[in-house]
Amino acid sequence: MASLLDATAEALSLLFNGDAALWEIVAISFEVSAIALLIATPPALLLAFVLAYGQFPGRRLTISLFSTLLSVPTVVIGLTLYLLLSRQGPLGEFRLLFTQTAIVLGQIVLAFPMLVSIGHSALQAADRRAWETARTLGASPFRALLTVTYEVRFGLLAAVLASFGRIISEVGASMMLGGNILHHTRNIPTAIALETSKGEFAQGIALGMVLLVLAFTLNILLHHFQGKGYIGS
Amino acid sequence: MKPLLTAALLSLTLLSTPLLLAKETTPAAPKVIKMATTTSTENSGLLQDILPKFETKTGYSVQVIAVGSGKALKMGEDGDVDVVLSHAPAAEKEFVAKGFGDQRYPVMYNDFIVLGPEADPAALKGSTTAPEAFGKIASKAALFISRGDDSGTHKKELKLWETAKLKPAGDWYREAGDGMEKVIQMAGELSAYTLADRGTWLSVADKSPLKVLHEGDKDLFNPYGIMAVSQTRYPDINHAGAQALIDWLVSAEGQQAIGEFKVNGSVLFTPNADTSTANTDAKTAAPATAQ
Repeated sequence: MASLLDATAEALSLLFNGDAALWEIVAISFEVSAIALLIATPPALLLAFVLAYGQFPGRRLTISLFSTLLSVPTVVIGLTLYLLLSRQGPLGEFRLLFTQTAIVLGQIVLAFPMLVSIGHSALQAADRRAWETARTLGASPFRALLTVTYEVRFGLLAAVLASFGRIISEVGASMMLGGNILHHTRNIPTAIALETSKGEFAQGIALGMVLLVLAFTLNILLHHFQGKGYIGS
Repeated sequence: MKPLLTAALLSLTLLSTPLLLAKETTPAAPKVIKMATTTSTENSGLLQDILPKFETKTGYSVQVIAVGSGKALKMGEDGDVDVVLSHAPAAEKEFVAKGFGDQRYPVMYNDFIVLGPEADPAALKGSTTAPEAFGKIASKAALFISRGDDSGTHKKELKLWETAKLKPAGDWYREAGDGMEKVIQMAGELSAYTLADRGTWLSVADKSPLKVLHEGDKDLFNPYGIMAVSQTRYPDINHAGAQALIDWLVSAEGQQAIGEFKVNGSVLFTPNADTSTANTDAKTAAPATAQ
């Protein structure tokens, strides 16, 4: 086995020499996770808002439920969806198993509770008076919602970024639902699992580094949006 | 701050629009063939070497899902794939007999080998048969890593213990529940014995401290078969594509491509399709071991 240093050096050369196979895998990872997030975010944040500002029976239970869902192992979510999507399952007729759509579905299920939980915390921490003021000034509920959302935008952005981090680095559900098909459903985590099993550590490390650089870039962006790091002038 | 945020959201949306559109316009075309297969055919590089030839010729695109033979056959039974390429002859014949697949076509073979640490603590070398070698491992309680994943190799290993009239159990017998490469790595790290297929071994041999300690007897013959999933059972699968792939693999051209595939100068798989005796293995005699 190559030493860690050798593997890392080889990984860097793979990255910078534009290894097409490697970048294709990176692109698939991004595509799939971005689509999942675009679909999951609006309804999840709306639900988070309802949970933070609404009054209805079962509200606390729902909040606890979403926090609990965060602890469900990704392979369990993968397995559940596999059984649903397999043609022996109730959604079998759509033939979605082993497609990118299946991975997107898995990632939506993974991202949703995280968006709701973190989004709820952020919205709950907002000054309730923003909502009340907006309403008394005659804003429609939707307009007032936008006002509150704007107040806590950094917290919500953090929820989105954390969810992105969770789904793009997730291997269990991607492997089960996507099948790790070359040029199609092979993404960064499943490729790392495969390359490692083959003893091709350089490829694995290269992909791992891409994930790290990605996370770093996202965080830099977040800090950029946060400006001085606090809300208000 | 607001324009920045808007710009970010807008660029994100713009970036993903073509992706979304691409998704929409890619139909679940009959040009796509989903094949479940064992890890050895994919990870050894064989399929990546030969399938492009088939794809260029016919316009089909083959999506390979590499799992153990047991799971590959299960995917075929469930109708989640169009075609199954595996190396578990008994299970394959059952698959066909139960009507999940139309017919089993022999495609190629290689052979299993017993790997172990160079020091050979159980003194395996010189065994005449694989069950005898397994007997020595058990009597010395030397560490043995089993695939433990219901793959073709795992089934073969269990058969060999059975032939040796042994029930492997105890601290020396460990079930990894993982693919061949991973198990070879594990055995290497732990200086343990294991059973491997030659294809996978040749593709990882230069990274492993293990040695081939037993090989070449007829118990270790490892035939691969391919079966299209039954169209009667699942009318909407890509049966035509599956059959086209099978026809190509057993044709002179496909067989030649298999025979020409080499890793580090060694032939990994010996083609043995014989359309006149389809559904039986053309060669059931002892395999020629790749030296």
